[in-house]
Amino acid sequence: MISRETRDIIVNGLWKQNPSLVQLLGLCPLLAISNSVVNSLSLGLATTLVMAVASASVSLVRNFIPHEIRIPTFVLIIAAAVTVVDLLMNAYVHPLYLVLGVFIPLITTNCIVLARVETFASKRSTFNSVLDAVMMGLGLTLVLVVLGALREVGGKGTLFSGLDLALGPAARDWVVTVLPDYQGFLLAILPPGAFIGLGLLIALKNGIEAMRQARRARPVPALQT
Amino acid sequence: MNPAVRETLTAAVTLLVFAIVGSALLSGTFSLTRPQIIASEEAQKRARIAETLPPGSFDNDLVRAARPLPADPLLGLRQPGQYYLALKAGAPVAVVLEAAAPDGYSGEIRLLVGIRADGRITGVRVTAHKETPGLGDYIEAGKSRWIHTFEGRALGDPPDALWKVRKDGGAFDYMAGATITPRAVVKAVHQALKFFEQHRAELLTVSPPPEERSRT
Repeated sequence: MISRETRDIIVNGLWKQNPSLVQLLGLCPLLAISNSVVNSLSLGLATTLVMAVASASVSLVRNFIPHEIRIPTFVLIIAAAVTVVDLLMNAYVHPLYLVLGVFIPLITTNCIVLARVETFASKRSTFNSVLDAVMMGLGLTLVLVVLGALREVGGKGTLFSGLDLALGPAARDWVVTVLPDYQGFLLAILPPGAFIGLGLLIALKNGIEAMRQARRARPVPALQT
Repeated sequence: MNPAVRETLTAAVTLLVFAIVGSALLSGTFSLTRPQIIASEEAQKRARIAETLPPGSFDNDLVRAARPLPADPLLGLRQPGQYYLALKAGAPVAVVLEAAAPDGYSGEIRLLVGIRADGRITGVRVTAHKETPGLGDYIEAGKSRWIHTFEGRALGDPPDALWKVRKDGGAFDYMAGATITPRAVVKAVHQALKFFEQHRAELLTVSPPPEERSRT
């Protein structure tokens, strides 16, 4: 049985406090890279990894960091984690690294990483911090992937194109052509498509919330006596 | 010690320790991944250069055969670039020139132009561009076959006046909706051929260029 705190962390990261849909933090890479599922998934997972490493390190040393210099220290830790991930990706998944390009180093400036470190990891136990970072990261990845899928199907009529960049040439045949002979819809691939898509996703999330709230608020029919 | 001074010192020392640990971590990762990164980059580059030449037409390592190329206006290069000399059994068979089209729809289009020793094009590839995705990006080999129209062409084939897209009365196809992009590429390839014509002898010399020889 998982504790109430653990459950809250999971629910907050994936839904209630979803970084992309509710906190609206770190939108720059979200909007720039979400033009295909593969790009979205790769950047999402890279960000999640950085968040986990940064949160783990910060919560481990949180008692040694004087309050006045906590922000520079956090930024230092995050930047170090990002650079390590950047070097590793450059070395071992080079084609994918070329696609994501400047957005890997830019994870440093993604405010969701610093936000979780400052508001959560610097005050809680290491286990909870890592869990929070991973859940927030997955929440972000989830939105990125849905947005990437929307834009890829809308813009190019395919899914998973470019998967071979991440998983090797064997994955080239996994591309799903959702809409055959599709002419393409440029708007979906260009940056405005990302804004419109994200707007629709936020509207959908708020719609679902509103519906659930309405259902909960409806008074239980009182027994007529 | 004055508590304010002590606090400041603690903060400074803590930050210093973090900076040292962080730097150590980074330099460790850097030196661990360095060989792999260089290998990946070279493999990437080698594959891209090799694409502009028919497979099996050369037998040397093209990346190692890189030579300096001046920033000639005919090549459109703003900074000195490189070219690669392809050899077969020690004899020069082709060169791959770096070139750029400065007048793309949104900025520079960088190219690799493979030219056989007799002046015919073996292949052209776009290595970097900022053209509109879905419209101007058909110049990429992965997106359409358009870039292959240059294969087998040479200076004078078609005649100079026809090195244009069809819309401008030339011999080269383009796709409706994006004429500026192919216009820039056709012009850049044509000029690269002119550069090759002017410097054919030096480009195809097997021994290293004079300034390198004097250094050894």
